[in-house]
Amino acid sequence: MRNKKTILFIVYSLIFYAIIFLFHSLGIISDYILHIINLSLIYVILATSLNLINGFTGQFSLGHMGFAAVGAYISGILTTLIWHIKPGNPGSYVLFIIAMLVGGVAAALVGLLIGLPTLRLRGDYLAIVTLGFGEIIRTIINNIDYVGGPRGLLGIPKFSNFTIIFITALLTVILLRNLIFSSHGRAFLSIREDPIASELVGVNTTRQKVIAFVIGAFFAGIGGALLGHLLTLAHPTQYGFMQTVMVLVMVYAGGMGSISGSIVAAFGLTFLSEGLRILLGAIGVAIEWRMVVYAVLLIMIMLFRTSGIMGGREFNFLLPFNKEE
Amino acid sequence: MLKVSNLEVSYGAIKAIKDISFEVKDGQIATLIGANGAGKTTTLRTISGLNRVSSGHIFFKDTNITNMEPHRIVNLGISHVPEGRRIFATLTVMENLELAAWTIKDKNVKSERYDLVFSIFPRLKERFKQLAGTLSGGEQQMLSVARALMTGGSLMLLDEPSMGLSPILVDEIFDVIQKINKQGTTILLVEQNARKALEVADYAYVLEVGTIALQGSARELKEDQRVKEAYLGA
Repeated sequence: MRNKKTILFIVYSLIFYAIIFLFHSLGIISDYILHIINLSLIYVILATSLNLINGFTGQFSLGHMGFAAVGAYISGILTTLIWHIKPGNPGSYVLFIIAMLVGGVAAALVGLLIGLPTLRLRGDYLAIVTLGFGEIIRTIINNIDYVGGPRGLLGIPKFSNFTIIFITALLTVILLRNLIFSSHGRAFLSIREDPIASELVGVNTTRQKVIAFVIGAFFAGIGGALLGHLLTLAHPTQYGFMQTVMVLVMVYAGGMGSISGSIVAAFGLTFLSEGLRILLGAIGVAIEWRMVVYAVLLIMIMLFRTSGIMGGREFNFLLPFNKEE
Repeated sequence: MLKVSNLEVSYGAIKAIKDISFEVKDGQIATLIGANGAGKTTTLRTISGLNRVSSGHIFFKDTNITNMEPHRIVNLGISHVPEGRRIFATLTVMENLELAAWTIKDKNVKSERYDLVFSIFPRLKERFKQLAGTLSGGEQQMLSVARALMTGGSLMLLDEPSMGLSPILVDEIFDVIQKINKQGTTILLVEQNARKALEVADYAYVLEVGTIALQGSARELKEDQRVKEAYLGA
């Protein structure tokens, strides 16, 4: 049953992929729209992985883009400054995927370093520490001349195309889903529900929290690597606190503890913020009002759907089992 | 089976438990009774590792479990039904039980556990797919006990299992406790309902502001004039 539903999900996703790919080659979808779809898919990776930490395990991380920065810069250094590879031949793509994985692992290691001491404690310590970490990473990058300092790391080769981003996002969602519906996933949920009761049924809560945090950091690093190679630059201001808040908003608007919600919100909010540009321009309102409208819409979502768009539920095709079973 | 010696526990500067020693023998139902604030819950939480020991020792089957991490104590075989049930409300009954069984790798052991749990709590089998938060108070308490049973401990600590339940359900929960004991689980029961506790227990300790004031077989204590006046309302 489990495999059948996974195959079904992959088939749906491939249909989505084929339609976008076809429409783009026919010129129905412009390069601009495809770029927004690519951004949305990267935000799917960032939002679902943050949801693992904040939504499913009930911790509160504020440093997600800090981990993304680690992924972006480490992979960027490898492809741009060390290997000098360019997209074109298949070999360079293999190297890019290695660079992306190295970026993810580096982010995960940093996550382990932060998580081990912090996650032993209960309460809001993680929020404070990860907030500080995000700022530290930004300051460090700002002051390293090798990666361009405040100018940013320029000239990153554009390896992130629709196919690579799509496959990575798909794998991320499937891996996170399988994790969440495993016994580890239940342990994550139990920590969110009641950490004391969780210990009392034999869950090593510190260990499980660290596992969730490190996996979340890994995928943030992957997301960062993809973002850097899509925008062809990595800049300290792309990975600040406000960008983390954007991802956090996606997690909350989509629904805490819902992968489907994070996917919907990642697409919805990315398209909304771009779409408002066009819409406001068309009705003759200054584009500066974009963020105001965006904020009002977010407030509406949280007012009328307190627990997010999906309210902690999942799309049926994302569940590994049938509901009636 | 469980031996607590010269235990002291403090919350900051306040000593909640002052130098208490007691023992729970294999196969027994032992009970700690006492008024609010006597330190009953603190004692159980300390045995489970949720509170730090200031001084003294706790031995479980000759293993020193003083200040061990809670999940390790569970794996050694002490299960704990916490005060106020603490079930995972947004998970289903099945998920609550699966979690408690998550350290068991052997499939046969796991299905034996499930059989045992369902033989004692047939109601939970009917409610298997239901969210735990939608169960009635009594059912939630049963789930909390079932969850502890699922971890497969040889010693079960129960903290006020009768709290907030109707008289019929109180009888039911005490029946369950006796059943679990007959299946071979040793029990340490903390109760405000001293009358019921003394009825099912073999041995009893009376806790007063952090010290053990009285102890004896449950039958003796039930007839003790001081216990009668203070806890049985006679």
